[in-house]
Amino acid sequence: MSDRIITLGKAELYAAAVQKKMNGWRLAQICAVTTEDGYEMSYTFVKDKNMDTLRVHLDHHESISSITQIFPCAFLQENEAAELFGVLINNITMDYKHKLYRIDVEAPFGPDKEEA
Amino acid sequence: MAKRSIIPFGPQHPVLPEPIHLDLVLEDEVVVEAIPNIGFVHRGLEKLVKTRGYKQYVYVAERVCGICSFGHGMGYCESVERVMGIDIPRRAKYLRTMWMELSRIHSHLLWLGLLADALGFESLFMQSWRLREKILDIFDATTGGRIIFSVNQIGGVLKDVDRSMLQEIDKTITELEQELTPITNTFLEDALVNNRLRGLGVLTKEQAYTAGAVGPMLRASGVDYDSRETGYAAYNELNFGPIIAIEGDSYARTKVRLAEILQSFEILHELISKIPEGEIAVPVKGNPKGECFVRIEQPRGEAIYYTKGNGTKYLDRFRLRTPTTSNIPPMLDLLKGCQLGDVPLLILTIDPCISCTER
Repeated sequence: MSDRIITLGKAELYAAAVQKKMNGWRLAQICAVTTEDGYEMSYTFVKDKNMDTLRVHLDHHESISSITQIFPCAFLQENEAAELFGVLINNITMDYKHKLYRIDVEAPFGPDKEEA
Repeated sequence: MAKRSIIPFGPQHPVLPEPIHLDLVLEDEVVVEAIPNIGFVHRGLEKLVKTRGYKQYVYVAERVCGICSFGHGMGYCESVERVMGIDIPRRAKYLRTMWMELSRIHSHLLWLGLLADALGFESLFMQSWRLREKILDIFDATTGGRIIFSVNQIGGVLKDVDRSMLQEIDKTITELEQELTPITNTFLEDALVNNRLRGLGVLTKEQAYTAGAVGPMLRASGVDYDSRETGYAAYNELNFGPIIAIEGDSYARTKVRLAEILQSFEILHELISKIPEGEIAVPVKGNPKGECFVRIEQPRGEAIYYTKGNGTKYLDRFRLRTPTTSNIPPMLDLLKGCQLGDVPLLILTIDPCISCTER
């Protein structure tokens, strides 16, 4: 049973996700975390008892491609990261454009709301 | 040519105790697409880790959901303990496993009651919930609470259960097994239930896997995966395996949940016979620094708990990916091609928990 966190460059994520799909891994979760200089996006995949997390660091206003083209089921969690954290995610298959949650504050979990 | 129309479903609907909205695109009465809409009651509980100490946050995690309360508390504690390198006493692991399996029985009986109610089978609904009440009585007797009973703590559990109480639980479980038999037979053999569930909402093995289904929904489509096998709490010392069905329809989802109740009875008997004596908690010093992902098999399926600590008493991040978040995309696959009249029942068969999803 393995449980790994693998850090990748932004440009490597899409290819790595395709490889996961081809090798029979399923998407388990997507998690955004605010850091001092931006965001940390973690994409966790599970196959049997093994769990791999692909980690990508983003600067504040840096965008990332959606993986919904590879894993369509990612749409809810990517919309959540975009709406709650303000992560810029391009080309989400079902993009709610910040209307997934009925909240008054824009990106309430985002970096400039940390002290709120 | 079929007439195309869009019908709003929810957020208030007799079959939904919690708010979820779907835009159903229909051709005549056949659903061709379903667009989900959630977020009516989002609470932002994850953000409270910034203002509540990591030990205090256990009580917040338990309040993510009423039905999965114990599991969420346990998942949070397991993730913090793993970050801090804490090995809790074996007795505490067994007690956590006991309350977790009782929670599974309670959750599945609740769902079976809701299913019977949706089918219009009122007596079956009442019998299912009558049995569930006995599990809640065990919670009450062992913890003093019936729904949210706050027995988890970082480092173990807060309450012990003595030998006489364990024997009483064993006896109650044996009685419940007998009382469940006629209910199981009705769910699996009654013509009304069969006609309504068989062949309805088929999710193939491949669809379930690629759409990210978890829990009974995944296993009812023939995928052999149960995250209890990863060995958290005392599961690595107990004999069990994933319960699967191959049909992938609503009947299979019901069958898997019924079989899981019986399996939980077996696990409880074994657990009570093996539970070791000893401490129920270890002292915890310091603050968490580091990160980890933990998988817990909740009654509705695999939940993932992510904890990131920075060495202070406040965590940087706690993330909970709930089973329903994963089961909504495959639910959309189920709905495509179904009749409008079957939509409420199909939504119910994924056992949605919007409270968890709107954590």
